[in-house]
Amino acid sequence: MLSREEILRYSRHLLIPEVGLQGQQKLKSAAILIVGTGGLGSPAALYLAAAGVGRLGLVDFDVVDQTNLQRQIIHGASTVGKLKVESARQRLLDLNAGVQVTIYNEPFTSQNARRIAEGYDLIIDGSDNFPTRYLTNDLCVLTGKPNVYGSIFRFDGQVSVFDARCGPCYRCLFPEPPPPGLVPSCAEGGVLGILPGTIGTLQATEALKLILGIGEPLIGKLLLYNALDMSFDFVRLKKNPKCKICGDQPEITDLVDYFEFCGVPGLVHDAELAGADWDITPAELANLIKDGASPCLLDVREPHELEISALAEAKLIPLGQLAGRLAELDSAQDLVVFCKGGTRSARALELLRSAGFRKARNLRGGINAWAKEIDPNLPIY
Amino acid sequence: MPMLKIPTPLRTYTNGQNEIVVHGTNVGEAMQNLVVQFPSLKPHLYNSEGNLRPFVNLFLRADNIKNLQGLATPLAENDILLLIPSIAGGD
Repeated sequence: MLSREEILRYSRHLLIPEVGLQGQQKLKSAAILIVGTGGLGSPAALYLAAAGVGRLGLVDFDVVDQTNLQRQIIHGASTVGKLKVESARQRLLDLNAGVQVTIYNEPFTSQNARRIAEGYDLIIDGSDNFPTRYLTNDLCVLTGKPNVYGSIFRFDGQVSVFDARCGPCYRCLFPEPPPPGLVPSCAEGGVLGILPGTIGTLQATEALKLILGIGEPLIGKLLLYNALDMSFDFVRLKKNPKCKICGDQPEITDLVDYFEFCGVPGLVHDAELAGADWDITPAELANLIKDGASPCLLDVREPHELEISALAEAKLIPLGQLAGRLAELDSAQDLVVFCKGGTRSARALELLRSAGFRKARNLRGGINAWAKEIDPNLPIY
Repeated sequence: MPMLKIPTPLRTYTNGQNEIVVHGTNVGEAMQNLVVQFPSLKPHLYNSEGNLRPFVNLFLRADNIKNLQGLATPLAENDILLLIPSIAGGD
């Protein structure tokens, strides 16, 4: 039953015949798990709380930082440095104290995913990496929950509802993830701040429709949005009979982690890089230069990033052009490759090493680490 | 000529172009023509054996070519091919 206060609060919903009192009661009884409280999770959680979904679960294992505020509108300047799930809960309860918010400040893995997801009607995938997306998909297939999918990059967004009980799953479309490094993350490639607002709001809309049982959900359809072209394309998705998890003869029958071959930003991959013999720390590079060595500095970022911060002596060859411009480099010379944070330069180093550049090294943490540790006049971005 | 729509992540390799005119009577020929025009796209679309990577999805008139005739799917003059990338961003 709705209280007098709730009837007033949700009056605009109650006026819509497709929602009404019964629909609002359904929302109050619903439980939705949101994986990620970042760009996609922010608007999704805010709108679902405002709409009166009874219980929201938030999974994240991160703290709010300054670079989040350009798009992660659930957080604010006052919560920088706080746990994201705490920051999000605080904002949601301010918006609607009638919503029960359960937080999970832990990495979402094969070990805890079933426990976390228990009791939720559906899952919104607002994650930012392939391993979590595959894990969320597999969890939804194995436990019979709808997976409200959204994904973004720069100006592009994708939305779908994967429900293997009556349609295709994420693996039917993408049987396997791309190899690490082939698809840049938003942290490396950037994202239009409003884009996750658009996509996350569409995910919240689909979630609400599923709970209410109204309209046509995006099951078996993929929405492709491009903000630059302002285009919305729809394509049909079919269940793949050979799908490894929801096909006729599934090979995957339990949850697995994909860290080892996908590379989660900030987790395994960075840890590997941190231990790599080919790394040079900003302090080591500064000492080398102080001692009179003059290694060739190779900047593999995009030209527009030089306007933000640059090292004066560095040669610019964007990663995408490196393979075709190796002749401009001397493999006999000491070479220090860098980018913003060390990910693109690690890819560049793989390419250089395989092309015989044995004296090439990767500046650990990129120009941001250099700015932090050596040259405080440079901005960090 | 058929047209191929390029998603943002791959526009770096097409000099920023979002639509490319591709020559070919079927999808396979059109894709080969695309990577001849833009060689740096090749490693993103094809594996070392020369096959399209499994995470590269091509759609013609709203249908995945895997559900049509694959790379042998014929292309008409005004067809628009959609290249759908695997993207994971969300934070």
